Amino acid sequence: MLRSMISLLSGGLFGTGLMLSGMTDTTKVQGWLDVLGAWDPTLAFVLGGALLPMAIAWRLTRDRSPLAGGHFPAPAASTPDKALIVGSMIFGVGWALAGLCPGPALASLSFGGWQGALFFAAMISGMWMAPRLRLVLDRGPAKA
Amino acid sequence: MGLAGGLMIGMAGAVYLLGAGRIMGASGIIGGLVDGSGRDTAADRLWFLGGLIATPAVLMVVFGLTPSTNASSAPAVLVLAGLLVGIGTRLANGCTSGHGVCGLSRLSPRGIISTALYISAGMAAMAILRHIWGVI
Repeated sequence: MLRSMISLLSGGLFGTGLMLSGMTDTTKVQGWLDVLGAWDPTLAFVLGGALLPMAIAWRLTRDRSPLAGGHFPAPAASTPDKALIVGSMIFGVGWALAGLCPGPALASLSFGGWQGALFFAAMISGMWMAPRLRLVLDRGPAKA
Repeated sequence: MGLAGGLMIGMAGAVYLLGAGRIMGASGIIGGLVDGSGRDTAADRLWFLGGLIATPAVLMVVFGLTPSTNASSAPAVLVLAGLLVGIGTRLANGCTSGHGVCGLSRLSPRGIISTALYISAGMAAMAILRHIWGVI
């Protein structure tokens, strides 16, 4: 029950913050990526603002347990692998193309129209395909 | 507004971390439901997604807001972008919230590398798509 309410509260704050900051507006996100055009610095303020409470939160995880029980995540994991590098670059291209990433795509579902719904359906399909693609990536190119 | 919204996003991540002991990453939370890897924590994930999707709708009604995503209306652009975002974030195990907000704030090497890469790739793609090819 406590875990459910914490998750609901967190999702609600996240959605409110995304909407308030303008990150559900694809023109603002694409404007941030458009360094050759009318560059929009908003995203830097959003990210900077978000890092502050999070950095404090990470500090507070020392010598404590989560409120709803269990354990905090293990220390920041290992070194980058091929999937991290390739995946991040693929994500960046898709992000530029539509100006949407997973958080804002979800937060804007109620007002994003058919365009938002279509992007969302394609994103879910991509997420479903990813584990299979990861196997290919880990195995390397097929040998003739 | 950017800074205020950003602080709220950071507070959302702080609540999720200190309360549930988990990293608030949008792609991971929904992706774990899509590929079944998060079956054990499905209830938490659904509550989070419920709050994330429903709260903007409630705010719209309560405050009479009319937000718009101003998204492209080209189906091919939306489908291709959605596929790339879905595949990319799951291969990388994170997106703007997981690697960006939560990763950078704990100075995670993977988070820093991923964020640098998707921002650079996004800026390069924007330069090509908008200023060279003129397609978006």
